[in-house]
Amino acid sequence: MQEFQYKITDPEGIHARPAGLLVKAAKACASSITIAKDGKKGDAKKIFAIMGLGAKQGDEITVIVEGEDEEKAAQTIEAFLKENL
Amino acid sequence: MQTIFGKSVFGGIAIGKISVYKKGEQQVKRVKVEDTQEEIERFHRAKEEAIKQLQGLYEKAVKEVGESSAAIFEIHQMMMEDEDYLDSIENIISSQQLNAEYAVATTSDNFASMFSSMDDDYMKERAADVRDVSERILSILNGESKDTVQTQEAAIIVADDLAPSETVQLDKEKVLSFVTVHGSTNSHTAILARTMGIPALIGTPVALDETVDGKMAVVDGMKGCICIEPDEETLAMYQQKKKEETEKKQLLQTLKGKENITLDGRKIMVYANIGDTKDLAMVLQNDAGGIGLFRSEFLYLEKDTYPTEEEQLKAYKTVAETMAGKRVIIRTLDIGADKQADYFELEKEENPAMGCRAIRICLTRPEIFKTQLRALFRASAYGKIAVMYPMITSIEEIRKIKTIVEEVKTELKEQGIAFGDLEQGIMIETPAAVMISDLLAKEVDFFSIGTNDLTQYTLAIDRQNPKLDEFYNPHHEAVLRMIAMTVENAHKAGIWAGICGELGADTSLTKTFLKMGVDELSVSPGNILPLRKIIRETDLSQEQ
Repeated sequence: MQEFQYKITDPEGIHARPAGLLVKAAKACASSITIAKDGKKGDAKKIFAIMGLGAKQGDEITVIVEGEDEEKAAQTIEAFLKENL
Repeated sequence: MQTIFGKSVFGGIAIGKISVYKKGEQQVKRVKVEDTQEEIERFHRAKEEAIKQLQGLYEKAVKEVGESSAAIFEIHQMMMEDEDYLDSIENIISSQQLNAEYAVATTSDNFASMFSSMDDDYMKERAADVRDVSERILSILNGESKDTVQTQEAAIIVADDLAPSETVQLDKEKVLSFVTVHGSTNSHTAILARTMGIPALIGTPVALDETVDGKMAVVDGMKGCICIEPDEETLAMYQQKKKEETEKKQLLQTLKGKENITLDGRKIMVYANIGDTKDLAMVLQNDAGGIGLFRSEFLYLEKDTYPTEEEQLKAYKTVAETMAGKRVIIRTLDIGADKQADYFELEKEENPAMGCRAIRICLTRPEIFKTQLRALFRASAYGKIAVMYPMITSIEEIRKIKTIVEEVKTELKEQGIAFGDLEQGIMIETPAAVMISDLLAKEVDFFSIGTNDLTQYTLAIDRQNPKLDEFYNPHHEAVLRMIAMTVENAHKAGIWAGICGELGADTSLTKTFLKMGVDELSVSPGNILPLRKIIRETDLSQEQ
């Protein structure tokens, strides 16, 4: 299992467009990817779950990656977050 | 026989069957199904079709507005394929043995309420995306299962109220009359009815259900009532009245080909207002001298995405060619306020009538404006096109427009695309524009006074609010002085000034306008000949 924290810097938070891109990126990975915020958890491959977290600028999210390609997947998602959110 | 009174927005008599218009979301019925597996498959077929539609919209949008604006359609696709969303729908179908429509509508409500309960304005609005996605699937499901399309024969449309986007989708050949429970005299349903020259009522408390759907009825636009299931005597009386009305109309036809000239020789141009190329037949039938107002926003409202340059060009070219050298004034995009298109993604405003609308959108999103201007300049190679900009309040706006116009012309020239030159005018519909009309007149080729908005802004009365109808006095001295001042300043600068609002068709003011020196009146096609009759009976030398 891989786990890391990330602080949202995008002024609009995880709004529709980046949420869509995140789901796309997550779906390309074989591992299961879960995003947690304030006790709420969402599957990163499901757009409603991700948008439902309501993550805003300044919020800290926890990313949990589990599966055969977890190392690579965690890197991919971290890079994605840094670039887009 | 049941007679219900409302407020008439256009006279005349319509006799026919009632068709109750219901919005998509109201059509969902809860039905038990036997074969839940087949029902789930039916849902999946509809969903696949919906995704295909969205993919098409996405590809089109990428080409036209670019990747980032098109992304919304991709997100909509993802929403449709979201596992939780699909699970919920399949669950309702299989565990409760209910139909796919009900399952989609219920799931849609649940997911939408998840968003609307979030404490973030942006996320709250995403509830609309969920509904939009679900509506798309629902309409495909309905299309599959329902064998009757809205109305097969021409009917009296009875509705709660109709949004502009809904009225554009109605097949106008099949509408005898509009009767709405809500709406105000200046709503779009009312304006549309006047354009089509059909009787219409608003504020009519009709029950919108099976008790009236399909029943025979008479709409009396003079008295302002609808008579449901009229007895034989009443029906015969109305048939007679309708016949007389038709004869009167034929008499007006004898005025075709005659000049718009008063007894003492003063001429005035009488043009037509249209909202669609389909209105052109009415324009020709009623012998309009030109088109004084072509509301281009209908091109935008009837679509799910921005109309392309080619699509716009086609519409403008059709109008220019049909009018064969007569002047065609096309108003640039006047969206916002009460005319909304989802894909513009306009923010909700406290006060939309004074918000980001018309030229303000064009100047803040020049790429949309440029596409329209390119289409207009290209179309002007096929006829006498004039362009008119709405909601002007300052000289600076005109300067900005001119800069964009120059860019468009340079681009067209560089690309070797043929285009003609066109007259450029502005709408005078804000008190600000009236007050500086002397300055504005030096910048443009003509003025057209939009009396609906000018009255609303001058009297500070919201024209969408039916409760204010009693305060709304279109003959207010302040409005008439505004018009007189605009015309005077136009003439001082050597340009012409017309009226394209509803007031232009008010025959009780025709003489007043003629005296002011108004050069042009642009009215609904159905009002052209009655107006010509009044003008030809007027003698200005007899007064004063």
